[in-house]
Amino acid sequence: MELIELRNIYKAYRIGEIDVPVLKGVSLTVRQGEFVALMGASGSGKSTLMNLLGCLDRPSSGEYWLDGKEVSRLSGDGRALLRSHKIGFVFQNFNLLARTSALDNVTMPFSYTLEHYSDKEAKERGAELLERFGLGGRLDHEPSRLSGGEQQRVAIARALINKPPILLADEPTGNLDSHTGEEVLRLIGQLNEEEGITIVMVTHDVNIAHHARRIIRLSDGVISNDGEVAANSAVSRVAGGGGSK
Amino acid sequence: MKVYRTLKTAFRALRRNPMRATLTTLGIVIGVAAVIAMMEIGEGSSESIRKTIASMGANTLLIRPGAASSGGISFGAGSGMTMTPQDCEAIIRECPAVRFAAPVERVRTQVVYAGRNWVPIFIYGTTPEYLNVRGWTNLAEGECFTERDVRNASKVCLLGQTIVRELFVGESPIDKEIRIKNVAFRVIGVLSTKGANMMGFDQDDIVLAPWTSIKYRVSGTSATTANQSGSTESTSTTNTLSNLYPNTSVQLYPGQSAAQAANNPMPVRFANIDEISIAANSTAEVPVAIKQITGLLRERHRIHADDADDFSIRDMTEMIKALSSTTTLMTNLLLCVALISLVVGGVGIMNIMMVSVTERTREIGLRMAVGARSRDILRQFLIEAVVLCLVGGAFGILLGHGGLYAVNIFLKWPIKTSLPAIIAAVAVSASVGIIFGYYPAWKASRMDPIEALRYE
Repeated sequence: MELIELRNIYKAYRIGEIDVPVLKGVSLTVRQGEFVALMGASGSGKSTLMNLLGCLDRPSSGEYWLDGKEVSRLSGDGRALLRSHKIGFVFQNFNLLARTSALDNVTMPFSYTLEHYSDKEAKERGAELLERFGLGGRLDHEPSRLSGGEQQRVAIARALINKPPILLADEPTGNLDSHTGEEVLRLIGQLNEEEGITIVMVTHDVNIAHHARRIIRLSDGVISNDGEVAANSAVSRVAGGGGSK
Repeated sequence: MKVYRTLKTAFRALRRNPMRATLTTLGIVIGVAAVIAMMEIGEGSSESIRKTIASMGANTLLIRPGAASSGGISFGAGSGMTMTPQDCEAIIRECPAVRFAAPVERVRTQVVYAGRNWVPIFIYGTTPEYLNVRGWTNLAEGECFTERDVRNASKVCLLGQTIVRELFVGESPIDKEIRIKNVAFRVIGVLSTKGANMMGFDQDDIVLAPWTSIKYRVSGTSATTANQSGSTESTSTTNTLSNLYPNTSVQLYPGQSAAQAANNPMPVRFANIDEISIAANSTAEVPVAIKQITGLLRERHRIHADDADDFSIRDMTEMIKALSSTTTLMTNLLLCVALISLVVGGVGIMNIMMVSVTERTREIGLRMAVGARSRDILRQFLIEAVVLCLVGGAFGILLGHGGLYAVNIFLKWPIKTSLPAIIAAVAVSASVGIIFGYYPAWKASRMDPIEALRYE
């Protein structure tokens, strides 16, 4: 089943008088449960594509079918609703709220959902997620007292609090050393495998991209390459053998 | 629920930078404290001004009978004989705007004690109510005469300070007997000092006694003796004391017979008085009181709708004008000061909210990314501003109020706690929050999440 389907997406930014095209006809489908890495040199349009996928932006033309609905023409509020229920974001620089406990950071998205959770329910769900990510003892810690890997795990917990089917990760290991980066990648892989969460991850590092099962390369606003990662790489990843060939 | 969560978020956001939040609210705290202090000091001052002016008699009225005339010769204002103590009683009974009323019988004559004598400016025959009318109830010594003294025409009197000084040099006048036109009156009380009135008359140069005593024992001008008019045949046969209305017109028709008079008894008036002193409920009710009294007296005196009043009512218009212009000026002045300080505080809030919005650009982007709509962001920042202002307002009220207690204790300035001032301060600080918080909040809500997330 196709969770994401882009049909001939164009995106141009207007700078002064001229339209500068960034995406020039991107079409792609992502099925439920896939783990996709999005690669490309800077300026290739991968960030723009990511923003479109995350419903943060609208394409200039083309269609975007998300979970069976055409969403490219939705209003700002409609896209906000989609973001809160269908999509989880993980950022390179974590984007945790400073001087706010890990638990409060994780439960923050509840303020913007349609369903209402009582404080107790919200806390329970947040704590449950954090415990699963090995942060059970850090619920009250503020981000400044957490290590980079811990911070990113809190951020992933925040992205998943509303149980979205899609997780968009923008260079999730970019600010981490290779060891903690590996841990975070393993966690993401686990989520993909055990819970069937569809993952789209932007990276410029081939080694990291090889944790995914499918790599899409963008260059100059079009998809230049779209292929499965070799099985042996996937095996080595599952075996936890570093995964960087 | 949503509001509660937003409030919690706002408090959490403010707690993240307590120093800045405190400094920001300081503007509002000082503004509101100034408003409260100004309002309360202002209220206190105008209250004391009001009291002072009221004690000078701003709410008093004077009713005098109209002019009598005989054969084309007018006897001037107050010479009419148409006003009675019963009019005074009726006024108290039937005019709700009147608080106190007292009849006054005036006489000017010599007062003698031992080897000294003196002619007071005021010798007033009245009732105990007179002291209430004048707001003069705190006596320096002794006590006032009673209603019973009035009924019995007792020979008792109260003296003003000037008379005490002139007649009883250093002596206590209580229980001494003075002679007013050779009638001995026992002094039972001494009035407190009042000073000169607006016209410069010494108000302490006064003797107060029951009006019956003055009327029947001293002035001796009862209706039968001091009469400038003829009387109708018929009334004089029923009661010689009732020739009250000056009647100079020619009788065209025969008067009532004795039998007719008995069938239609006229109200019998035993005595007339020189004036009635009235205290209205308040300065503001003076015009109402005048209206009520005019209606009542015209009815009691059976004055035809086309005829002129046989009495005149005078109030302290000039004093009232002075009073109201003073208080209006004061209120406006304080309002200006209050407004300026609150606007300054509000600009401070706006300033800090702008900084806060810029500083938290990434946070705004993040909140939008996890599903916040622009109106959620708007509400969050607006509520933050309002919370700041309301907390500032609350502390401002405490500070202003507490400061005023200190002022009251150490400087003895009159203050008056005013609930409207507190309510206004809260309302104003909330609206300052909304007004000055709106622009930064709007700016925050207009942000592009992509730009905001990328902001360094």
